[in-house]
Amino acid sequence: MNLTLKIWRQKDAASKGAIVDYQVKGIEGDMSFLEMLDVLNEELIVKGEEPVVFDHDCREGICGACSLQINGEPHGPDRLVTTCQLHMRKFNDGDTIYIEPFRAKAFPVVKDLMVDRSSFDRIQHAGGYISVNTSGNTIDANAIPVNKDDADDAFAAATCIGCGACVAACKNASAMLFTSAKVSQFALLPQGQIEATDRVLAMVNQMDEEGFGNCTNTGACEIECPKGISLENIARMNREYLKASLKG
Amino acid sequence: MGGLIKSSIARKVAMALSGLFLVFFLLQHFTINFTSIFSADTFNELSHFMGTNPLVQFALQPVLIFGVVFHFVMGFVLEIKNRNARAVKYAKYSGGENASWVSRNMIYSGLVILAFLGLHFYDFWIPEMVHKYVEFAPEDPTRYYPELLHKFVSPVRTGLYAVSFVFLALHLWHGFASSFQSVGFNNKYSVAATKFAKAFAIVIPLGFIIIALVLHLNHNH
Repeated sequence: MNLTLKIWRQKDAASKGAIVDYQVKGIEGDMSFLEMLDVLNEELIVKGEEPVVFDHDCREGICGACSLQINGEPHGPDRLVTTCQLHMRKFNDGDTIYIEPFRAKAFPVVKDLMVDRSSFDRIQHAGGYISVNTSGNTIDANAIPVNKDDADDAFAAATCIGCGACVAACKNASAMLFTSAKVSQFALLPQGQIEATDRVLAMVNQMDEEGFGNCTNTGACEIECPKGISLENIARMNREYLKASLKG
Repeated sequence: MGGLIKSSIARKVAMALSGLFLVFFLLQHFTINFTSIFSADTFNELSHFMGTNPLVQFALQPVLIFGVVFHFVMGFVLEIKNRNARAVKYAKYSGGENASWVSRNMIYSGLVILAFLGLHFYDFWIPEMVHKYVEFAPEDPTRYYPELLHKFVSPVRTGLYAVSFVFLALHLWHGFASSFQSVGFNNKYSVAATKFAKAFAIVIPLGFIIIALVLHLNHNH
């Protein structure tokens, strides 16, 4: 298929970017979206032009590196997939496709389609961990009884790959789905209880400091999340936060 | 405890709680208004009680005004903060693919409701305050229904009220159900709670529209 691509080009963080039009020909339906961009970049290199910069790593939908706002939706029009797992068969010959970086003040553009998502790392550093004594007396996690429903919910929350699609989709650029998933995966397990109060306060505080917007419950994040992280996590984080605020 | 005032979650919970408080007020307001279409005496009696009871006038009324002002001021504050969180806008943004129109446009439905409150205060609250606390007019427990009827003579005003209630329905459609999530209520009862909230969002504003139309038609017959 032949496509018109409208791609955001931006030289560096300080420059002003703009949408630039490109034509790609002979794209096959079995190609992934990133492979289609590889085709474009090879053509640009042959022509002596600067290739389009975009983030990617595993190309298996598990690392959270790829991003891209495709036709106004993070990871494109398909559901429960990352951009690397989005296939060109989802598009039609002659389509015009807008490709932009994930937009948020807390995700500044580095170059073209690549954004700096280290704000997520800082939220995680603020409290997204448990402290375990590793002096040789470590208790095997499997020896601690955990309610099956809680274990399942904790696992579901832990499948968040931190790609930032929730922020990109949200009209407020809110990071509450990400933060709540990271709070929930510990809040639901016995190992997470000891640091629960400090954790939620520190992570929410860091989230606010990074300049993300506020959640208004539109639910866009849950729809666009490639891992299907549930809004229940945000409600849980709200409860945990209120509990911790009253306690701390 | 500082986070309970400034943090994003605290503000979200404050929006939800003030919104829930206003929902209760709306129900109470609706109940009294509803009596006007079948019993002028009951409406007069209830209005006289609300208008003269010191607890209502000097305790509940200030709390209500604070609730309304807080809700819309915080709404504006959050809207500005949220807009700033995405300085560069998308060239193409498909918000309709993943969220409802009403949930994305609460600020606009809210602004219409705020404008309506201006009209509503001009129509009822300000004359009432002047009547009681400026002119110190003698009490007349039968004046409320004729005053109400008089306001709905104008088809333009009746129409403006009806349109405003449509926007109120849109605002409640997202806001009421959303407040449960904000306060951390999301469990096996959420589906039922959401259905109740959505039904409320339709029934109460529709009821207000019917009351306005009935009063308008009553006067013309």
